[in-house]
Amino acid sequence: MPNKLNAPRRPLRAFCLLPFAFFLLFLSGCTRNEPPADLVLINGAEPDSLDPAIISTQTEMRIVKALFEGLTRLEGKNATAEPAIAHRWDMSPDGAIYTFHLRTNAFWSTGQPITAEDVVWSWRRALDPLTGAEYASQLFFIKGAEDYSTGKTNAATGKPFTPEDIAVRALDPHTLRVELIGPTAFFLDLCAFPTLAVVPRFWIEKHGDRWLLTQPVPSNGAYTLEFWRLNDRVRLRRNARHWDAANIRSELVDFLPIKSSTTALNLYETGAADVIWDKNLVPNELMDVLGKRPDCHKFDYLGTYFFRFNVKRKPFTDVRVRRAFALAVDRQKLAAKIVRSGETPTSHFTPKGMGVYEPPDGWGYDPEQARKLLAEAGFPGGQGFPPFHYLFKTDKLDEQVGVELQEIWRKELGVKMELRAMEPKVYYSAQSALDYDLSRSSWIGDYNDPNTFLDMFMTGNGNNRTGWSNPAYDNLIRTANLQTDPKKRAALLRQAETLLIRDDLPIVPLWFYAGVNFYDPKKIEGIHANLLDEHPIHTIRRKK
Amino acid sequence: MTYFLRRAAFLLPLLLLISLLAFALLKLAPGGPFDKERAPATAEIKRAIEAKYHLDEPVWQQYLRYIGGVLQGDFGPSFKYRNHTVTDIIAQGLPVSVALGGMAFALSLGIGIPLGFWSAARRGQWGDYTGSFLAILAVCVPALVVGPLLVMGLAIQWRLLPVALWTSPAHVILPTLTLGLYFSGRVARLMREGMLTTLHEHYITTARAKGLDDTTVLLKHALRIAVLPVVSYSGPLLADLLTGSFIVENLFQIPGVGVFMVNSSLNRDYPMVIGLVLLYATLLLVLNLLVDVGYSYLDRRVKYE
Repeated sequence: MPNKLNAPRRPLRAFCLLPFAFFLLFLSGCTRNEPPADLVLINGAEPDSLDPAIISTQTEMRIVKALFEGLTRLEGKNATAEPAIAHRWDMSPDGAIYTFHLRTNAFWSTGQPITAEDVVWSWRRALDPLTGAEYASQLFFIKGAEDYSTGKTNAATGKPFTPEDIAVRALDPHTLRVELIGPTAFFLDLCAFPTLAVVPRFWIEKHGDRWLLTQPVPSNGAYTLEFWRLNDRVRLRRNARHWDAANIRSELVDFLPIKSSTTALNLYETGAADVIWDKNLVPNELMDVLGKRPDCHKFDYLGTYFFRFNVKRKPFTDVRVRRAFALAVDRQKLAAKIVRSGETPTSHFTPKGMGVYEPPDGWGYDPEQARKLLAEAGFPGGQGFPPFHYLFKTDKLDEQVGVELQEIWRKELGVKMELRAMEPKVYYSAQSALDYDLSRSSWIGDYNDPNTFLDMFMTGNGNNRTGWSNPAYDNLIRTANLQTDPKKRAALLRQAETLLIRDDLPIVPLWFYAGVNFYDPKKIEGIHANLLDEHPIHTIRRKK
Repeated sequence: MTYFLRRAAFLLPLLLLISLLAFALLKLAPGGPFDKERAPATAEIKRAIEAKYHLDEPVWQQYLRYIGGVLQGDFGPSFKYRNHTVTDIIAQGLPVSVALGGMAFALSLGIGIPLGFWSAARRGQWGDYTGSFLAILAVCVPALVVGPLLVMGLAIQWRLLPVALWTSPAHVILPTLTLGLYFSGRVARLMREGMLTTLHEHYITTARAKGLDDTTVLLKHALRIAVLPVVSYSGPLLADLLTGSFIVENLFQIPGVGVFMVNSSLNRDYPMVIGLVLLYATLLLVLNLLVDVGYSYLDRRVKYE
């Protein structure tokens, strides 16, 4: 057999030309001639929707707040409410009735004027069960809103409540009257919340579910929707018809829905993106190094990482067991070991810094006391303690926390815990169904008031998910929210939180979220650190 | 000819069966599309959302409703991306995945076939060892490693190419390399095996005995038979590549359908999952059919009745 064969060259060359043929094909069909954006933001996770009534995550809200405004909006320095569609308002002495005066120069980007009737329609739409607004509860502080949204029957008429029963009325095209159930200290903050944003009735009635995909989408915010390409980017263009158009600082803004932290960092490092503003988009392992750079901006964030007990399952029905578990955890060490971005360990649930509210202290670190309590509850040295598990979703951080807690409780209490990881949907469904013993948990506040953290543990609240119910707690929260005096209110809320994190302990707080924003302050201006991580897009721009 | 018509006729019932299986498996998995950290504000709202997407109906009814829609060309709304329909999402993403997949396919054949051919032609010598080594290297290093390495070297260290996204021709190079290199290794190995087996065949001996030169023997007589394993492999390979690679699309943030393949299952986005499963199944079945056609063309000994 001959073994030195000349491999012919010409056909091989022909093969190598194949990819180039495709390349030319691609060039002809697939290049896009679009101008580069003035600001590129790495946003994290593709928005499920851009409909203000439906959205529920922060990544969606950042984009939506630039497109649709409400009566108020949050400014970027301290995240407090400032005038938006309404340029001023009056409040009744009892704090329950607000009269908003709308701007006369508020128009949709397509030219139509914005009137008080638009506001009424938008809020009714958000409360309509058929819209499926997950955050409809933000409007429940309005009289008649919860009755209508839950489909209750009006005792007076014998029929279900109608949208007209919601106490929001347009007195004239530029005046709106809102009647609340009682004084609500944070109502103006709520008006800035996307669920209460004003949406274009004429467009939604015409195009139904496709109103965001049919151009030109009318918007009343600082920007209009240029295009929305799934997994590519959402591009916004400055809204020339906005009432404050002169102060909108960037013309074209791109939001990139990046999911991988390494890709995000790579894009940022090579200058393809200007800002990263989600902590989970920065590789945790690199935080030790990245944290020291001048372009890393850390801030306290309005969120708490904690774990829940299923108080309906033995032995966690016994409060002594719960307290023992809480006392055995050295939060300082746990936070320092796992999260490493300056997270503040905490024994209370509400973060500090929310107005005049002073949170009470929960249980600290006292393993001796923990062992004593466990023995009192009938499990000295952990003997006889039934096997139990810790539920969490498939996330590296959650897993690390689970492993640490497993080791801590084994060492200090002598109990054996199993780790149960589940994919997100299964985890949420198990938690809602109370199908767990202990569960990883987190909560991010919606507005700058302790109520957003405390009302979720009231009896029957869908976000409770612990099986815990304490009428005294419910009463304290309700009474607190009827107070007009902020100090009296804070005192009542403090009593309630004491019940939550000290007396009954259905949850054990671990630490407060610390946020991280990456941007070069020499290149980007307009971003200010605040508790809500609120950065209105119209204030940000690249320095010239 | 009738053989292929018969095969084509089976396509539709097979796709129906696949959609039924996919639907059943999805429904068996715990957790629904609307389970989230934040519970819906009221039970009414949860009920309204489920009614809107017909999740409160019995499972068989949901399936029939879905198939009815599909037969009219409506693949349903996406449960996760509530402003988009499945058709919107696939129409946006498929051209991108096809472009990337097509280029990776061309690359894998363009490198794999010559490399395998060359290794086989130099069997037992350094050329063979080098070629085989390169092929094995390509197969052993997965896209998950190749991608970041290429990015680190070419995009970050030497700033030659962009790191991610899909906006200009330069953005195509790294993803294509990442996706195509692994498969070029596999194609090279298949090609080499095919060549070596073919070169032992009787008709090659006959051709040589007749005094034909090496070029003619290799190209005209051996190649078309030796390439058959590659042709068989190409069918499923192309189907896989055209529907997008989750790893590459995630790494380079490419707006194709590959990411949806995985994420839609995790999100319990039923219409999206079944739409994508049907897409993949159709591609696979059609391409396999074409592969068999190619077979009977390349190897005249193969006859179907």
